Amino acid sequence: MAKITLSNLRHSYLPTPKAREDYALQEIDLNWDDGGAYALLGPSGCGKTTLLNIISGLLTPSEGAILFDGRDVTTLTPEQRNIAQVFQFPVIYDTMTVYDNLAFPLRNRKMPEAEVDRRVRETAEMLEVTNLLNQRASGLAPDNKQKISMGRGLVRDDVNVVMFDEPLTVIDPHLKWKLRSKLKELHQRVKATMIYVTHDQTEALTFADQVVVMQLGEIVQIGTPVELFERPQHTFVGHFIGSPGMNVIPCELRGKKILMGDTEIPIEGSFTEEAEGQMEVGVRPEFVSFANKGLPAVVRKVSDIGRHIVVECRVGDVPVRAIIEKDAPDVGQNIHLKFEKQQTRLYCDSWLVSKPSSAANRKMAS
Amino acid sequence: MKTENQKAWFFVLPVLLLVAFNALIPMMTVVNYSVQETFGNNVFFWQGLDWFQQLMRSERFHAALGRQFLFTGIILAIEIPLGVIIALAMPRKGFWVPVCLVTMALPMLIPWNVVGAMWNIFTLPDIGLLGYFMNHVLGISYNMTQSPFAAWVTIIVMDVWHWTSLVVLLSYAGLVSIPEAYYQAAKIDGASSWSVFRFIQLPKMKQVLTIAILLRFMDSFNIYTEPFVLTGGGPGNSTTLLSIDLVKIALGQFDLGPAAAMSLIYFAITLLVSWLFYTLMTRNDTR
Repeated sequence: MAKITLSNLRHSYLPTPKAREDYALQEIDLNWDDGGAYALLGPSGCGKTTLLNIISGLLTPSEGAILFDGRDVTTLTPEQRNIAQVFQFPVIYDTMTVYDNLAFPLRNRKMPEAEVDRRVRETAEMLEVTNLLNQRASGLAPDNKQKISMGRGLVRDDVNVVMFDEPLTVIDPHLKWKLRSKLKELHQRVKATMIYVTHDQTEALTFADQVVVMQLGEIVQIGTPVELFERPQHTFVGHFIGSPGMNVIPCELRGKKILMGDTEIPIEGSFTEEAEGQMEVGVRPEFVSFANKGLPAVVRKVSDIGRHIVVECRVGDVPVRAIIEKDAPDVGQNIHLKFEKQQTRLYCDSWLVSKPSSAANRKMAS
Repeated sequence: MKTENQKAWFFVLPVLLLVAFNALIPMMTVVNYSVQETFGNNVFFWQGLDWFQQLMRSERFHAALGRQFLFTGIILAIEIPLGVIIALAMPRKGFWVPVCLVTMALPMLIPWNVVGAMWNIFTLPDIGLLGYFMNHVLGISYNMTQSPFAAWVTIIVMDVWHWTSLVVLLSYAGLVSIPEAYYQAAKIDGASSWSVFRFIQLPKMKQVLTIAILLRFMDSFNIYTEPFVLTGGGPGNSTTLLSIDLVKIALGQFDLGPAAAMSLIYFAITLLVSWLFYTLMTRNDTR
């Protein structure tokens, strides 16, 4: 178990990187507490696996350092770092039994056989695979194989961190949630630091205490699931988290007023008035409603998805989605949209520039 | 009652005819010869299983069979481990991959009798590169036509040179199909390089290695052209392998009956060993 610090980390797969685009991972500074559950969330190719491999030691970063409990481990091998990693596809040793698979990392470390036996049985108990111990690992179902790969990490009590690289990709949907809750339960039991890489927001938000959202090799926001949902620091986070994602609508600044066409849009609290660049208003579909006055729009599509209704409208050329409970308008109908003031944010060049009013802050705190 | 459509048999017919004319009928003529005796003029006498009995008691046959198993055993013991080692040492990506693969494939592209002729000239004591070097530079007496030991060494080295590539290419194909995650997991589990070989690479190569061993067994057990061109079975009978002996009986002495009986036994041994080996290797496969 360890506290993990990434300091001024940068990585490029090219031998002599020059331009910013040459880096697969832009400058990263990060602190992860001992025993926390973290998720790295981002689309494919955003650098999350690169970051994971740097932490595990399978990759040496071009620049910067990794510290475990303040000790520099940048140049150490995965074995010396004492980490465990679970891969996208279950890695098991085909010719061994489940028991031998679990014992493998311990025997490699020359642990006495009695101790090996105790730990293997304990881990098997925890993963609910005790009845499979004497089976050959090659014949197992994918979810059990993935449990065994997890078990090879958990069987060692000295691991600094257990890392998961999209471990549920190849698992059937009905087993996914079972394994996911098992993971959460394991984290509470073994209290190891765990890092979970995924492009699936549900997995990230259910597993982690804190989610790191990445895009194009850069960390765009670190926060609890609630923070990511309520206050995306970047329009990308707004898009990526939530289903459907946040509406982002271009707007104009005139003094203190925010205009969309001729309609003034009220937003939360205050914003930096000097902000220059591409201005956008961001509001989640959950906080868009219909009213008699407001932003004029045309209904383009209505989808009833059971729990609620998603209405897709157009304001000029810009699509805006609203989530409502009942009384859906007809397609083609002209309507007016209203945004909930406290949940409407202002973005400048994709970064959040508005701040909640102090009154709203007090309300949130209480 | 449901009437079954028998039309499918017509579609099988061409294959059946093809197999019949190029395998079954020729083989039946061999069976036919193996139970008869002839003194020419197309006159045959029934002989029963005499030829088979005679052959089973023949010391000449035992000796040839022994030499055959020895040869196959030695080349398998060299080519399989050597092939695996070379495949392990080959690069997995980059510029050198095609270079290595083509170089490896080259010996296999050479016709068998050319291989025999090449090695024959290569080993000539007076003008051959290897022969001259051994005799006149190193001062080691090396003459394939006089020493049985030299003849054996030469046919074995020749076969290793010609066919190790097959094992290399098959093993290499098995190796490159192992996902990177296995090596990473092994690293994290603290596995030694021997453990990586024993528990990851070897199991993943098992299927291609089974095929490699099978192919090399059958090919080397039936080998004829190369040793025939190289040594002609000599000196004496020292490199007379089964197939060479068979041709001597069938075409040299024109003893059709004993030769036919020997072919059938030869065929049965090849089939039996291949079947046994394959069944043993695949018996635990879960699929």
